Amino acid sequence: MSLEKFISEAISPWMKNEGSESDIVLSSRIRLARNLKNYSFPIIATTEEANLVVKQVKEHFEEQKYDKYGPFELLEMDDMKPIEKKVLVEKHLISPQLADESKKGAVLLSSDESLSIMVNEEDHLRIQCLFSGFQLNEGLVLASGIDDWFESKLHYAFDEKKGYLTSCPTNVGTGLRASVMMHLPALVITKQLNKILPAINQLGLVVRGIYGEGSEALGNLFQISNQITLGKSEEDIVEDLRGVVLQLIHQERAAREMLLQSSKLLLEDRVYRSYGILAYARTLESKEAAQRLSDVRLGIDMKILKGVSASILNELMILTQPGFLQQYAGEILSADQRDERRAALIRERLNLEIEKFN
Amino acid sequence: MLCHECNKREATLHFTKILNGEKMEIHLCDQCAREKGEYLPGSNGFSIHQLLSGLLNFEQPIQNSPSRSLQSEQQCKKCGMSFHQFARAGRFGCAECYKTFNLKLDPMLKRVHSGNTVHIGKIPKRIGTDIQLQRQIEQLKKQLQQHISKEEFEEAAKLRDEIRALEKLAEQSGGED
Repeated sequence: MSLEKFISEAISPWMKNEGSESDIVLSSRIRLARNLKNYSFPIIATTEEANLVVKQVKEHFEEQKYDKYGPFELLEMDDMKPIEKKVLVEKHLISPQLADESKKGAVLLSSDESLSIMVNEEDHLRIQCLFSGFQLNEGLVLASGIDDWFESKLHYAFDEKKGYLTSCPTNVGTGLRASVMMHLPALVITKQLNKILPAINQLGLVVRGIYGEGSEALGNLFQISNQITLGKSEEDIVEDLRGVVLQLIHQERAAREMLLQSSKLLLEDRVYRSYGILAYARTLESKEAAQRLSDVRLGIDMKILKGVSASILNELMILTQPGFLQQYAGEILSADQRDERRAALIRERLNLEIEKFN
Repeated sequence: MLCHECNKREATLHFTKILNGEKMEIHLCDQCAREKGEYLPGSNGFSIHQLLSGLLNFEQPIQNSPSRSLQSEQQCKKCGMSFHQFARAGRFGCAECYKTFNLKLDPMLKRVHSGNTVHIGKIPKRIGTDIQLQRQIEQLKKQLQQHISKEEFEEAAKLRDEIRALEKLAEQSGGED
């Protein structure tokens, strides 16, 4: 398969749209957790019950198409190969839990992959909308529309006082998790992020590194999301998150400006070194690749590097994960082989850029 | 022992994974373990359930006291989940569990949701009409009490008929569940 074709299949169509503030906010996500009234939650459901849930969703979905976002495709986990599931996980379209541990797990995917509805994950339904850039309100409107569409036929588990009932009480109430993925290299370089994070946690929001563990965020990518789902309206939850994200965008821009003023040479050196490594290295671990890609993206956003598209960070962070590398190679790879493939794929991808601009 | 993933570095992480009743011994080096993040406990929101059960165990003062067996005897009538099971899994078995364990739930919800225990967000459109009806009935019943206490029996009779009509309506629409 040619690299161009592979990329076009690997990158979800929604990612190609440019959202607002897309130099810092890479994507926005809204997730609603919903359960059906008369069935056990997936954690203890029997195969028979789980099957009935899938059947209900399927019937409803075939009976009346959701025109605004059709066509959808229903993928059942039992029919998929491990590598196919892994690729969906790496595209953030399904969770590892749905892929590996669910009983009769399934996902409804819209054709542009901006909408994914997981069935029989932790809850019966997990409605997820993905948007590029900073588009939380748009996501909420869409997710709520899908929610109404399901509710017109299915009987939800809803309690007047406790709201939408979820398997885990941390989601009860609105069942809403709103999150944004942010690229914050300047706040990391200037060591300001560590001071900001505790304050964000106090506001009932959670910050996590993506593609990494604990406080170590690969590629300076962070996910910020709400923790509280009960006692606040959906609009307020989104608005509170929006406010904090706007602040972070502002702080990151200020930090970038400061870096440019105080240490332009060092910054340029860092960007070009990383570009050089990505363009010529023969083996790259995922951690180093993520860091170098972050540097290059920063260089592009700050107009230090020209002739490379800004989408390269989002694209290559997804493409260089183990599942994708193995799918591209068409075989199972050891860690060393993956590092080699990763370096080769990044080199090839950068060459495509050079060809495009010459 | 060498890492099962790369077969190169020394394995430092050893654990057993049980998936659908199938037992797997897993040995990984640090690097592969990090790459395969999903194997590590705590990486996939797993930790939230553990943390939650921590909060719940806090509710039970002494783990092995005789009163525990009494407490854990409370079981959800619909799905059979006991509070003890819930505390361990951090997840409920069905919608009914929320009613079954209602009393123990609020202190925990307060901790998780910044002191909140009542939903004020979206109400589903279809079943929502029933809830609005119920709210209306409750309101009228309060008014009815006021009229009775003021001995305004004519007004009270009017309200009583209104309430009966609404209750009939609620019964009809709620009948399908």
